[in-house]
Amino acid sequence: MFIQQIINGLTLGSVYSLIALGYTMVYGILEFINFAHGEIYMIGAYLGIIFLTFFTAVGLTTSNIYLSLFLTMILTIAFCCAYGYLIERVGYRPLRYAPRLSPLISAIGISIFLQNFVMFTQGATDKVIRVEALDGFVSVWGINLSYLQVAILTVSFVVMIGLNLFVNKTKIGTAMRATAQDKIMASLVGIDINMIISLVFVVGAGLASVAGVMVAGYYGLVNYHIGYIAGLKAFTAAVLGGIGSIQGAMIGGLILGIVETLGSAYVSSDYKDVYAFLILIVVLLIKPTGLLGQRIEDKI
Amino acid sequence: MNNYIQSNTHLIRLFNVLLISILVLPFIGLQHSATLLVVLLVVFFLKDYLKVFFSSLALSFSGYSFSRYKKAILVVSSVIILIIPIMPYSQYATDVITLCLIYVILACGLNVIVGMTGLLHLGYAAFYAIGAYSYALLSINTGIPFLATAVLSIVITSFIGLMTAFPALRLKGDYLAIVTLGFGEILRVILNNWQSLTNGPNGLSGIPAPHVFVDFTDARMMFYLTAVVCFVSVFIILRVERSKIGRAWRCIKEDETVALAMGIDVVRYKLISFVFGSFWAGLAGVLYASKMGFVSPDSFTFLESILILCMVIVGGLGNTYGAIIGAFILICIPEILRDIQTFRMLIVGLVLVLLVIFLPKGIVGSIKDVNHTNSKS
Repeated sequence: MFIQQIINGLTLGSVYSLIALGYTMVYGILEFINFAHGEIYMIGAYLGIIFLTFFTAVGLTTSNIYLSLFLTMILTIAFCCAYGYLIERVGYRPLRYAPRLSPLISAIGISIFLQNFVMFTQGATDKVIRVEALDGFVSVWGINLSYLQVAILTVSFVVMIGLNLFVNKTKIGTAMRATAQDKIMASLVGIDINMIISLVFVVGAGLASVAGVMVAGYYGLVNYHIGYIAGLKAFTAAVLGGIGSIQGAMIGGLILGIVETLGSAYVSSDYKDVYAFLILIVVLLIKPTGLLGQRIEDKI
Repeated sequence: MNNYIQSNTHLIRLFNVLLISILVLPFIGLQHSATLLVVLLVVFFLKDYLKVFFSSLALSFSGYSFSRYKKAILVVSSVIILIIPIMPYSQYATDVITLCLIYVILACGLNVIVGMTGLLHLGYAAFYAIGAYSYALLSINTGIPFLATAVLSIVITSFIGLMTAFPALRLKGDYLAIVTLGFGEILRVILNNWQSLTNGPNGLSGIPAPHVFVDFTDARMMFYLTAVVCFVSVFIILRVERSKIGRAWRCIKEDETVALAMGIDVVRYKLISFVFGSFWAGLAGVLYASKMGFVSPDSFTFLESILILCMVIVGGLGNTYGAIIGAFILICIPEILRDIQTFRMLIVGLVLVLLVIFLPKGIVGSIKDVNHTNSKS
């Protein structure tokens, strides 16, 4: 039973990690909280349902379910990446040199806008989806893993390893890290800062949309305000791991997921949303930079 | 500074316009998406004119010097106060203005913490909630007179502010922001789940109206009470802003290290700022609870904290007059848009983005800027 809960926690946690990566990467480079990021996750979940419904209407789902699931995933990721790009382009780039709190307000405006846009076009009621092909589970040593749990764990694992390789081994990844360290120096050595920033938003949005689609399948229902609380918790995860650190976001998300699942299983599920923040406050008071964050000295 | 905007070709902008209409396609269907594309293209070709329009909007204030414009606020607000009793009585208008005044107190209070001291606080609604709930619980469960209940609730709020400030102020910048945010969320969940004390999501009803010599049950009486309290609060905040404490806050905001070197006890003044800010949240909470006669956790969500923060920033960070303008704008826009209920928040979101992009220093800050450049040239 305990191990079952841990598995559930890991599933939830890997979703948080995927969203948290977007927060932490943007924060690492631009040092601002991208409040609209949670909405990308929500839009991803909605798009997943919309595309799957479309494929069902066309008749692709009955002939080849796996192809249609794959296409749904790819299309959703592509659309969400474009959303990420556009949000940065429209909402944040004009504010690059504005006072620090301005992009924050812009992000909140975009977040309110996207939430209400989805509510307005898709209705305020829950949207339900059920994919029969993904029902059922595998049993390993008496622990039940549903197909979707396996899928979520595998996909997040692969995506996170891929991201790590991308950031640490490729040339663009090096450019990203250089930009995070010092934007002006990076531009002096010939890195296109605007391109890198756009890229960070695109990658972050892509990761969030993966999480969104998988959660839509896992819980079977989405609502226009799921992005808000998931975004808050993912941001908490990013801070917990040390904001700006990619590995930190992954670890922070997993810890948060496990704590939340264990808390609601063994203490009280009414206070499900409190555990995340309690953990955060305790960690920050003991180690103010988060688990893997580096101490930034004051520049005088 | 604007090189990056100019370096962009029209082609990329056209591409973005196309992208927008493709992105909304799954949500609104082919037909609406095509309409949107046409509208966006028209806007795209007219955008130079729009730019002129927005900058002329900012310039239209340039004739007024800042002090004249301060006077204008005083004159306008006194005119409103004087006109209200003469105007045909409208419960709705009175309620909206009363709400505006409560938010003026909140915005000015948050401005002390965020604008003057530079501590990003994302859980301000929590203190507003503590004020409202303490007043509600005390007035329902005990028979203490109004003034004593109000004072007690404000003291409780300030004390909790002090208690949270002690650990929170060890953190800096965005870490402080996220801890205050966490505090706000924790409080909201507790209000929702502590059935025996707070009656959960159903909230507390039957809160008695204020009673000082007379009952303030009438909406107009309540408005006058709020107006007086609001004026006194703004006056006190303006005086404190100019005192030694206010100057210390500004110094901390500009540069903590310098403040320390100048002999300012940074931690102490940050604590004072935090508690002073919470004090006004408590006061606003008392007014809100006694006006509505009902409190529920729904009124004190994270969005509420953000709304108050937006008021401060829209008006101009660190400026009390700006906070007043911001409160009026952000309460009145949704009320004006009440007829188009479904679009309402959509437009509010859009207005926030546009305001910040075109007036990045807030309304008051932008006016000051224009004056500054005018006097230079």
